[in-house]
Parts: sequence; structure tokens; C-alpha cells
Amino acid sequence: MPDYRNIKVVVNGVEHELDVETRTSLGDFLRQEIELTGTHLGCEHGVCGACTVLLDGEAVRSCLMLAVQANGHEITTVEGLAEEDGSLHPLQEAFWKHHGLQCGFCTPGMLTSLTAYLGENPEPNERDIREAISGNICRCTGYQSIVDAALDAAKKMRGE
Amino acid sequence: MKPAAFTYHDPKTSNEVIELLSQHEDAKILAGGQSLIPMLNMRFVVPDHVIDINGVKDLDSVFDNGESLEIGAMTRQSNLSKSHDVKTKTPIFLEALGNVGHFQTRNRGTLGGSLCHLDPAAEIPCLMAAYDAVMIAQGSNGLREIPFSEWPLAYMMPSLEPDELLIKVRVPYWRSHHGYSFVEFARRHGDFAIIAVAVLIEMDGKTISRASISVGGADIRPIRLFEAEEGLIGENLDVRVFKSAAEIARKVDAMSDAYVTSSYRQRLAATLVERALVQAAERVSRGENNA
Ligand SMILES: Cc1cc2nc3c(=O)[nH]c(=O)nc-3n(C[C@@H](O)[C@H](O)[C@H](O)COP(=O)(O)OP(=O)(O)OC[C@H]3O[C@@H](n4cnc5c(N)ncnc54)[C@H](O)[C@@H]3O)c2cc1C
Ligand code: FES
Ligand code: FES
Repeated sequence: MPDYRNIKVVVNGVEHELDVETRTSLGDFLRQEIELTGTHLGCEHGVCGACTVLLDGEAVRSCLMLAVQANGHEITTVEGLAEEDGSLHPLQEAFWKHHGLQCGFCTPGMLTSLTAYLGENPEPNERDIREAISGNICRCTGYQSIVDAALDAAKKMRGE
Repeated sequence: MKPAAFTYHDPKTSNEVIELLSQHEDAKILAGGQSLIPMLNMRFVVPDHVIDINGVKDLDSVFDNGESLEIGAMTRQSNLSKSHDVKTKTPIFLEALGNVGHFQTRNRGTLGGSLCHLDPAAEIPCLMAAYDAVMIAQGSNGLREIPFSEWPLAYMMPSLEPDELLIKVRVPYWRSHHGYSFVEFARRHGDFAIIAVAVLIEMDGKTISRASISVGGADIRPIRLFEAEEGLIGENLDVRVFKSAAEIARKVDAMSDAYVTSSYRQRLAATLVERALVQAAERVSRGENNA
């Protein structure tokens, strides 16, 4: 018998209250219920990192959390990174400039992960960035352009 | 991909958890979900009831009782690394935790979850073996203390009754000037270790007075190298002594799997034990971790 719960979550600043089946992952909930399809589900078992979102500001895998567990919390997805007027987050800007994406499948997870990471580690070196994205798989870029973008964004965010 | 339907419970106290566990035969506890949810998604596990303990109070504290660190089972791996007590009293934790998955999985994954999942290559059980830590479980009959040496019963099976919840872990301190090192080899940063080694040493003047060497990833449970530990006692911090400890590590019981042979694991164990001892020796000589 389906098991439902009523939950309240704030996604990118907007409050949503609805009934969810308790087995629904946060990732499926964001894509199918809230219709924010920027969050990508690759492996659905924690390995690829594409589904990463921010839970109260911390990077977590949305395929490894139930939507019901987000009750009372704030979620930021890739759609929530840019400003309301559409101006890009410094990381998005840097990804664009350095060709940090090709097919774009891994990009939402890269951007959310790096947003959280740079928030806590404003002065990373190349090795730090490679370690930070070791849990995000990219099949296209070979990572170099992503690392370049992250280092450049970190600089901009430090005001250099 | 989604789990088969289950009934979700979100108890607020450990007593309620125990009650739910005794009422429902086919129930699974959900901690950080970083191992359980993949298994639910792939339907390797199909429980009728999922008991989410993320809302249970008092399971996520780190408490210094003077002689040991008492760590709640629900303490997130990322919070453990940020704890001042962990940094100063048990600095080897930071080195081990940095290898547990990725920062995103550490934001959810818990100490207790790793110990109950009990993957043979997991870093936290290897560390607990080195410390002879004590697992504290709560069940219908009250509290039970289980020394880590008796915790793994079989492959990925901890010594927990069906109605028991791991509530905390007690990690006895080593002297404030101790040497430590956690090293591992994995194909890629954040992967489970092929071999992981934890080393702790204490000195009496110029000679080693106490040592602990734990090897993870070789067998189904972490292995303590008691013979090698005894061989170190009374010796100076000397590479030759470390090499004879490494030779004992080379004889460790090791599994083969599709990727790695047992002889490769044994060679790796020898190399990493020596490397960890050298690093622990350097640290204790420099008095690096003055608490
Ligand atoms: C991409 C990826 C990489 C990873 N890499 C590593 C790695 O390198 N090293 C490593 O060690 N781990 C690794 N892990 C697993 C690690 O992240 C998990 O945190 C850990 O194995 C389980 O902890 P959890 O809190 O997530 O537990 P859960 O997944 O919630 O639970 C795991 C099991 O323990 C039981 N359980 C949990 N808590 C309790 C309790 N208090 N009492 C009784 N039973 C309980 C559950 O019922 C379940 O059976 C990785 C995971 C992912 C997704
Ligand atoms: S879809 Fe979540 S980590 Fe791959
Ligand atoms: S851009 Fe295609 S997977 Fe990264």
C-alpha cells in the first residue's frame, strides 16, 4: 500500500507543500513534482554526483535522500544559482568562459558541488579542486576545463 | 529506479526506535543513507519498514569524558572532522575520514552507519579496530557494550540483535604525545580502499612502549597485527624494525576478488604498514599532536 506524507520544503527560495510517496527520492521529487529538471540523475546509487543539490547549503546527493527527509529544509538546485535577473553565478560564468561543459549532463552536480566547496575553501589549489570533484563523473571534458573554471571562479569570488 | 514500497517511520527517541524494531520483523534503520539507499534503489534490500533515525535526539554528540571520546552513532562524517575534540585528541580520525567517500557523501554519511554496514574495506571500522573501541547498543533489554574485536560476526554483519540500535561508540585516548598514521591505497580518491592501514604508537623515552596496527580491506573484517605490534615494543624508531613489522603484514590473510589478487593485497599491506609506521614515527618524534 502506498505510504504518503505531507511535506513542506523550500526550493530555491520558493515554499512547496505537497504529499509525497515516502519512497520517492529527493532527486525524483525535484524533477517530477516540482518540475525542476536541471538536477540530473545519472546512476541513482551515489556514484556519479550529477544529482548533487544543496541541503541547507551543504552539497548532498539527491538520489540518496528521500524527499520526505527534506521536510522542513531548504534546497538549492542548479536553477537557484544564478541571480533573479538571470546574471550568472561566478562559477557558471567561468564554466562558460573555460568550456567547462560539453554535453552538460554532469554540469549541475559540478556547479552545486563546487559552489558549496568554494564557500568553505575560498583558496583552493588545483589538487584541492580535483579532490573536491572526485565524486563527480564527467564523460566529456577530461576535467581540465572544469578545474580551470573552478580556479578562475575562486579567484573572482575572492575579489581578485 | 526507485525502492519497492515500504512504510516510513520517523521516531524521535531511541526508545521509540527499539519499540519499532521489536514490533516489525522486516525493518531497516536509515542513518545517512549513503549505503542503504543505493541498496534500496537497486532493490538488493526490500524492507517492509524503514526507520529513519535522522530525527532521533541525542545521537549525534561528540563528548570528551576525559579518558575517551564518546561519539553518537548519528554523528555525520563531515561533522566529526570539524570537531575540536577529534582534531586534538584523536587526530588520526581526520586522516581516515578524508578517505571515506567524497565530501558530498560525508555530509550525510554517519559514523554508526559505516560501522553497521561494515564493508570490509571501510576506513572507520579499520580505525575502530586500531583503537579497540567499544560499540554501545541499545535494545529491549537495555544497553550492551561490545568490544570492536567482537563486533564483526561475518561478512558485513555486525554483532547486533534484530531489536538493537547502535547508539554510540567509545574511543579510548592514547597518550597526548602519540604517533599516528592512516594510509590507504585506492584506484581513485574517495573509492573504498584496496588496503587501508591505521597505526598508533606511544613512546617511553626513546623506545616504543605501545603500538597498534590495523589492516582493512585484506579480509572480511579489519585485522590487528598483534605479532607485529609486540615486535615493536622496546625498540627504537628504526626503519629496520618497521621493515620486520611489514614482513608480518605480508603474511596477512587476504582475499582475492575480480580486480585484486590476494598476493597483491599482501604486498600492499606490507608497503603500507611500513609507510604508516615511518609517518607515525616522524610525528611522535616531532611531538606534532600536542593536545
Ligand atoms: C560514492 C560513494 C563512495 C563511498 N566511499 C566510501 C569509502 O571510500 N569508504 C567507506 O567507508 N564508505 C564509503 N561509502 C559509504 C559511506 O558513505 C556510508 O556513509 C557508510 O557506509 C554508511 O553510513 P550511512 O550513515 O550512510 O548509513 P546507512 O546507509 O543509512 O546505513 C547502512 C547500514 O547500517 C544500518 N545502520 C545504520 N545506522 C545504524 C545504527 N545506528 N544502528 C543499527 N544499524 C544501523 C542500516 O540499517 C544499513 O543496513 C561511499 C558511499 C558512496 C555513495
Ligand atoms: S544520480 Fe545521484 S550520484 Fe549519480
Ligand atoms: S560535460 Fe558531458 S558529462 Fe561532463
